[in-house]
Amino acid sequence: MAQALPSAGPPAQLHRQREDDRLILAFAGDWKGDQPLPSLAELGAALGAAPREVVLRDAGLLGWDSRLLVFVLRIRDLCAAQGIACRDEELPQGVQRLLALATAVPERPGSRQDEGRPSLLHELGEGALLWGRKSIDNLVFFGEVFFSLTRLLRGRARFRASDLLLHLQEAGIAALPIVTLISLLVGVILAFVGAVQLRLFGAEIYIANAVALGMARDMGAMMTGILMAGRTGAAYAAQLGSMQVNEEIDALRTFGVAPVDFLVLPRLIALVLMVPLLTVYADLMGILGGALVGVGLFDLPLTQYYQQTASAVPLIHFATGLIKALAYGAIVAVAGCLRGMQCGRSAAAVGEATTAAVVSAIVWIIVANAVLTVIFHILGI
Amino acid sequence: MEHHTTPSAAHLRVENLTLAYGDLVIQKDLCFEIPRASIFIIMGGSGCGKSTLLRHLVGLQRPAAGRIYYGERCFWALEDKEREAIMRGCGILYQSGALWSSLTLAENIALPLREYTRLRAAEIKDLVELKLALVGLAGFGDFYPAQISGGMRKRAGLARALALDPDILFFDEPSAGLDPVSAARLDELILELRESLGATVVVVTHELASIFAIGTDGIFLDAESKTLIARGNPRTLRDECREPSVRRFLTRDAKEGRT
Repeated sequence: MAQALPSAGPPAQLHRQREDDRLILAFAGDWKGDQPLPSLAELGAALGAAPREVVLRDAGLLGWDSRLLVFVLRIRDLCAAQGIACRDEELPQGVQRLLALATAVPERPGSRQDEGRPSLLHELGEGALLWGRKSIDNLVFFGEVFFSLTRLLRGRARFRASDLLLHLQEAGIAALPIVTLISLLVGVILAFVGAVQLRLFGAEIYIANAVALGMARDMGAMMTGILMAGRTGAAYAAQLGSMQVNEEIDALRTFGVAPVDFLVLPRLIALVLMVPLLTVYADLMGILGGALVGVGLFDLPLTQYYQQTASAVPLIHFATGLIKALAYGAIVAVAGCLRGMQCGRSAAAVGEATTAAVVSAIVWIIVANAVLTVIFHILGI
Repeated sequence: MEHHTTPSAAHLRVENLTLAYGDLVIQKDLCFEIPRASIFIIMGGSGCGKSTLLRHLVGLQRPAAGRIYYGERCFWALEDKEREAIMRGCGILYQSGALWSSLTLAENIALPLREYTRLRAAEIKDLVELKLALVGLAGFGDFYPAQISGGMRKRAGLARALALDPDILFFDEPSAGLDPVSAARLDELILELRESLGATVVVVTHELASIFAIGTDGIFLDAESKTLIARGNPRTLRDECREPSVRRFLTRDAKEGRT
């Protein structure tokens, strides 16, 4: 390829020659690669002298590529603007044919997109309309999921049991290592934060209370929820999004299988079952992390730590955490599937869907946490 | 785009090429030459390894055995840099266009120009418009691939393949998914581009109309014997080839034995 290599031939040349009322433009030299071309500005001046016609001539072209074509098209435009005839019969055959090809299909009117900047009000309106449309789409999806769940309860939802098992495994056992690591560390962090303050009163034993309460009521469920949003919710959005790109979801529809039944239900069930289970596990791991700090660094006896923990956290606290976990599981599954199903038909759209899934899931998790915490407070549990 | 003075020299030469995915051999012992400025058709039934052969020819996949020569240079024995230079000299039209979906058509075509030439932005813009006009898509530069039809995507893919003025063009199933009229137009476009650019064209297809309309040379791959069983001008093959399976393929004959 000539473009990639430095060109060594004689430079591109354009000789002007006046014959009566004709202007002859003779092309010579090497018109390949990215070497500098003669300037068009001088030519514009020469055309100002009003010749009747311009003749383009091959006077020893050594090589040419698309840049010559662009150059000739430019000359044609200049000529056309001044009503001068432009003849290219004396250019190489290939150039003539490509020029004919390039001008064969006229530009379709209206195909060029409007480049004007819309006003602020216009954009605001567009934004509001878009938001409205999206909200309706979301509601439609929630409705579909609701009907799908009622079909599930009547035993008439259609999906494959093997899919469900796969998702259960994917969102359950496969998530254990990362949940272990994160919740153990969260327990350690909680213990440290508490210990620094409690030590001032010589009340290190209350580390156990702080860690157990924190993990059981909130942190266990929340960390699991956020982990699953990043891990599984994103995967769901990407899976369904690329299925949308491949028209696989349309294929399900045309076979009369409700995509929500077939794709969303198994994922929703898997997460609603698995996130609470993972949360129980995360709670225990967090408490273990706290115990490591309490026993290892603050010299609390293990049995005392255990008894303190057991007395600090009655089972009802675990129950509130589990209810939250249930909600988070549903949120992660619905956010992932919703964004996946709404995905556009391109690779970029899959990326956007994945991002949106994780962001929505985390936002909704925090909001749900706030709402549930207030409700539990009012109920006095 | 210079017109080469030695038409006898092969543009691409393949020696004892074996294509394989791991242990699974797709084709073996392929030997053929692609003459300069020919329109070379790689034919064969579905699943015989046509597209895999194409992927090997353009350097996307390393052969399990054998050599590929571009001119006199052995492709896989070259330094990475030289190999990349050869690959840049290849224009490739992928089966479904393979346009980058996050870029507009104009940006798709401009990307190789921006990367591999020292042209100014204004010049690149002109070149992009020219390429779009060549494939009949003048004015569509601001569209994203998702916003245009499949046939237009294919033509836009061709415009991108032409971006660096390649001297060899590869087409993977150019007419797949196009209506007969669009397919015929694409064939004409290929012919026209070959005539005016003097480029070598390699086409993978099993579209008979296309094969006879544009092919000047070709090979026929067989899935059973895992090697090429015929080579030459497709029309000649249809009328004179001794392999019944090749003749059946080229005459669209489903029944065995009727020869």
